Amino acid sequence: MLWKLLVESVRPYAGLFWGVVVFQLLQSIANLFLPSLNADIIDNGVATGDIDYIWKTGGIMLVLSFAQVICAIIAVYFGAKLAMRVGRDLRAKLMGKVLTFAESDVQKFGAPSLITRSTNDVQQVQMLVLMTATLLVSAPFMAIGGVFMALRQDVALSWIMVVAIPLLLGFVAFIIARMVPHFRNMQKRIDVINRVLREQLTGIRVVRAFVREPQERERFGRANADVTESAYKAGFYFAMMFPVVMLIVNLGSVAVLWFGAPRVESGEMQVGALTAFLTYLIQILMSVMMATFLFVLIPRAAVAADRIADVLDTVTTVSSAPGALAAVPDAASLEFRDVTFSYPGAEHPVLSNVSFTALPGTTTAIIGSTGAGKTTLVNLIPRLYDATEGQVLLGGVDVKQLELEAVWAEIGLVPQRPYLFSGTVSSTLKYGAPDATEDELWEALTVAQAADFVRAMPEGLETAMAQGGTTVSGGQRQRLSIARALIRKPRLLVFDDSFSALDTATDARLRAALANAAADATVVVVAQRVSSIIGADQILVLEDGEVVARGTHAELLASSETYKEIVSTQLRAEEVA
Amino acid sequence: MSEQSTERRVDDETKRRARPTGGGPFGGAQLPAEKASDFKGSAKRLAGMLGPERWLVYAVIALGAASVALAVIGPKVLGNATTIIFEGLTSGSGIDFHHLHVILLWVVVIYVVSALLSLAQGWILNGVTQRTVLRLRGEVEDKIHRLPLSYFDRHPRGELLSRVTNDIDNVSQTLQQTLSQLFTSILMVIGVLVMMVIISPWLALIAIVSIPLTLVIVTVVAKRSQVMFVEQWKRTGELNSQIEEDFTGHALVKLFGRQQRSQAEFDATNDKLFTASFGAQFVSGIIMPATMFVGNLVYVGIAVVGGIMVANGTLPLGDVQAFIQYSRQFQQPLSQLGSMANLLQSGVASAERVFELLDADDEEPNRPDAPSPEEGNGRLVFEQVSFSYSKDKPLIEDLSLTVEPGRTVAIVGPTGAGKTTLVNLIMRFYELDGGRITLDGVDIAHMAREDLRSRTGMVLQDAWLFGGTIRDNIAYGRTDATDDEVMEAARASYVDRFVHSLPEGYDTVIDDDATNVSAGERQLITIARAFVAQPSVLILDEATSSVDTRTELLVQRAMAKLRQDRTAFVIAHRLSTIRDADVILVMEHGSIVEQGNHAQLLAAKGAYARLYEAQFAAPIDEPDGVSS
Repeated sequence: MLWKLLVESVRPYAGLFWGVVVFQLLQSIANLFLPSLNADIIDNGVATGDIDYIWKTGGIMLVLSFAQVICAIIAVYFGAKLAMRVGRDLRAKLMGKVLTFAESDVQKFGAPSLITRSTNDVQQVQMLVLMTATLLVSAPFMAIGGVFMALRQDVALSWIMVVAIPLLLGFVAFIIARMVPHFRNMQKRIDVINRVLREQLTGIRVVRAFVREPQERERFGRANADVTESAYKAGFYFAMMFPVVMLIVNLGSVAVLWFGAPRVESGEMQVGALTAFLTYLIQILMSVMMATFLFVLIPRAAVAADRIADVLDTVTTVSSAPGALAAVPDAASLEFRDVTFSYPGAEHPVLSNVSFTALPGTTTAIIGSTGAGKTTLVNLIPRLYDATEGQVLLGGVDVKQLELEAVWAEIGLVPQRPYLFSGTVSSTLKYGAPDATEDELWEALTVAQAADFVRAMPEGLETAMAQGGTTVSGGQRQRLSIARALIRKPRLLVFDDSFSALDTATDARLRAALANAAADATVVVVAQRVSSIIGADQILVLEDGEVVARGTHAELLASSETYKEIVSTQLRAEEVA
Repeated sequence: MSEQSTERRVDDETKRRARPTGGGPFGGAQLPAEKASDFKGSAKRLAGMLGPERWLVYAVIALGAASVALAVIGPKVLGNATTIIFEGLTSGSGIDFHHLHVILLWVVVIYVVSALLSLAQGWILNGVTQRTVLRLRGEVEDKIHRLPLSYFDRHPRGELLSRVTNDIDNVSQTLQQTLSQLFTSILMVIGVLVMMVIISPWLALIAIVSIPLTLVIVTVVAKRSQVMFVEQWKRTGELNSQIEEDFTGHALVKLFGRQQRSQAEFDATNDKLFTASFGAQFVSGIIMPATMFVGNLVYVGIAVVGGIMVANGTLPLGDVQAFIQYSRQFQQPLSQLGSMANLLQSGVASAERVFELLDADDEEPNRPDAPSPEEGNGRLVFEQVSFSYSKDKPLIEDLSLTVEPGRTVAIVGPTGAGKTTLVNLIMRFYELDGGRITLDGVDIAHMAREDLRSRTGMVLQDAWLFGGTIRDNIAYGRTDATDDEVMEAARASYVDRFVHSLPEGYDTVIDDDATNVSAGERQLITIARAFVAQPSVLILDEATSSVDTRTELLVQRAMAKLRQDRTAFVIAHRLSTIRDADVILVMEHGSIVEQGNHAQLLAAKGAYARLYEAQFAAPIDEPDGVSS
């Protein structure tokens, strides 16, 4: 998986890649000739007392060194560029992929894990590419070149390399195999750390209110200890790498002298050749050792690559069908036709056989007890989930036969938990309509009954907004979220219990303003307060996923016991008064 | 696109300028000015983190020294072997194989022992590193629980997360990959130098001259790359916060057709990260070839000068051979130090970001003389309290209020009137600007926060659940809650009813992003949590806003029982939620404008009466509900 990911990521930068290879090759060649020249100095210069020869050869060595450093720096330039581009592209790809995910896909991974995958995991792969480009690429050159040069010095002694190199590689492979499972655990456990911490940050008020700091510390402590355990075990094996590799290198050089000495005595080999052979052997094994320094990165990067590929290979469960219509035809009437929905793995459907039609210019309200399936119903309209059975039709067309973007462009959804993005009030409002003018912003704010408090803010539309809108009160958040949906002038407006944090006077004014501003829109309202939906053209009473009654307020008062019950809980005091 | 991204991303500057907006809990404290990066200071402090492992670190150094000493002696002895071969040839008497083999066996022993020492060193160091990182993460976690809430209002979540995962992970990798080699490399350089001086002081001079040269190169380059590393990790944090935000609001990104724009904004930050990290890696990547070049210069110098000395007969060939091997050995730790330079710089840049978080101002610590809590009955008094999130926009001024034990106080009023702020003050999430709040006669500012909070239970509008089972989430209210108490609370809050329809009942795993429970059900779970806590002061801030009114009615009956001997604060927009309260406070613009019970306030025909009219306006005016 790592290999496939690397090949795919490097392919667009073949030029850079070959640049790295060529310049690493050049600098390795320069590096390889140095010991050979050194052998020449000993054999031809020192042995014959030829000082001029020593000077001349020394000069060549200097020129080579200089050429080497230039090539090495160019190689680093290409290598750094290559690695960082690979990292950048992977992050962009992940982001692009996750943005196409359906909600169930996001839940499958969990947001914290997706975050770790997009940053930490990519970082691992990126580091591997960097280290490979700057260090590892030259290792095979040095090793192969070293073998070649050593063979030039003496063929008979090369069996030492035949033993030492596989021994080294075998050992390194053994260590890597041991480390992989620990690294796999480690990335998973970093996910857990991320999750625990993210929970603590989002729930910091609750943690403090219930004085749960000790338990939270303990929970984090466990996650922390788990990560440390994995890191410790991987580190345990890694610590073996350096000493054992060094030992093999050193024993190799002892073997060269042990078995080389008889050959020197018999005249089959010169002393200079023996020392050069020794240098080459050390060089070969050193380059393998330098590579081992990176081998610690490979297992972790391999795990990271798997995790990245998991995300990239996910086939989005909700996507536009081939040949889908690019626009919703005509009026945005909404129809549910025998819709049944179950969450994956759940035993009972959340919605069963729901049917209704909502026409443009009318308001359809949905009321029902907690957990009756109201939010689920609403989420089926923009295909956050797809109906398990039955059809959801928009403008007479099954939403599955429409381009997703086309569906979303028609819908203004105000979610139950009004999440606002950080930035300014203006940028959070323009979220779905970047080209909106200031007039349009104020218009939407006025309808949403938010104009007054935005105007009272120190910097008006340019006031900073924290993530999630935590710097404004719950009611203000809801109204900004409503305004955000209105600015897009959608033909279908969906309010998922969006008035709950509003005081009743504001609620009433908002509904009145909305009736004028979005007179032609199809409106779907989920609400708890009867007063919020009393004027609706049709009200659906939802119980355990089924529509148990439908009609106007007056009709339902006459026909539905459930509805009457709901109304009575809210109007009791008024009746008494 | 660039306009868009500047709009969306609030840089630190804007954050610092940010002012509270209405009633939100926005911190007014100013951020300390961005500190210039201080490589030396942070590196020292990182090293200081090893403090508790001092003795093990000494052991590592001692083992390293011994192992290096042996590794350094090795080539010298090996050089003797070469000399025997060379002399055997030149003297014509043949090679003394017995002597040669004895020497070589000694070399083997030296190398084996050296390897064992180095292995022991590596294992100890691994423990030291991992424990240090463990402590560092633990310190950050502790810190998070000591920071004032206003800190979290000002810092994006993804940014903080990045510091704990990406930055600490980077520190860990840096420590792991550099510490052992840092010691051995330095010791190796020293050891090799010593051996060189012993063999030939003149030849050694060549190597010694190269040291300052190397240092100059490293300092010059590192100065430039350090800035870029700081930038790299800052951008990583920024990117992380963008990702966190977009993944949290994932559905909205799609619904509002923001996919392309989100991607574009992401790409812009991603490009900046690329530029910074490429610069950092390239510039610091120069160090290694440059030190290798210096090493090669030394190598050539030794070959030439050594060659001449051998030709002159001032040095035996074996010594030159050993010297050349030393010069290789000398070069290797030097270039290793070079390659470590970029890891180290990157690690220190990350460490600095972690330290920055650790150095943020704490909440005011609990007073050492904090009165030990007495089990009072929850009499709460506000005395001329004033408070604002920022100095130039007073929110609550001169508010006085007495709540007798066992009373239920409801707070109503338009959004932004300061209702939630009042709750924040009781919980001491923020400190008062003036006046005081007492609980059973004790100023809450003098109480330890934990004591205060363990006597108060809170249910918030945005029901927060942590990843765990429903049972765990309810038991969250009190550490020592028994299973029976959990079940009782679940029944009272009607959690029991919907839990039975879940296939795994109370063992169903939920979390804050969960879809298997609805918003109303989440609120019921958080109410059960407060039931379990059995606080003497109960605070319900829009606790049932997403619960349907029939369920709410049932929950309220149960809650009435819970509230009997407790002081309770209830904030709600739904007047049906609060009409049974003993006292209703009507708040406007940070002060109480009306106060009394439901009947009294209706009779007064003031602000409350108007609110009430509005709520039931529709059913009263249009009983048939035909208008749209």
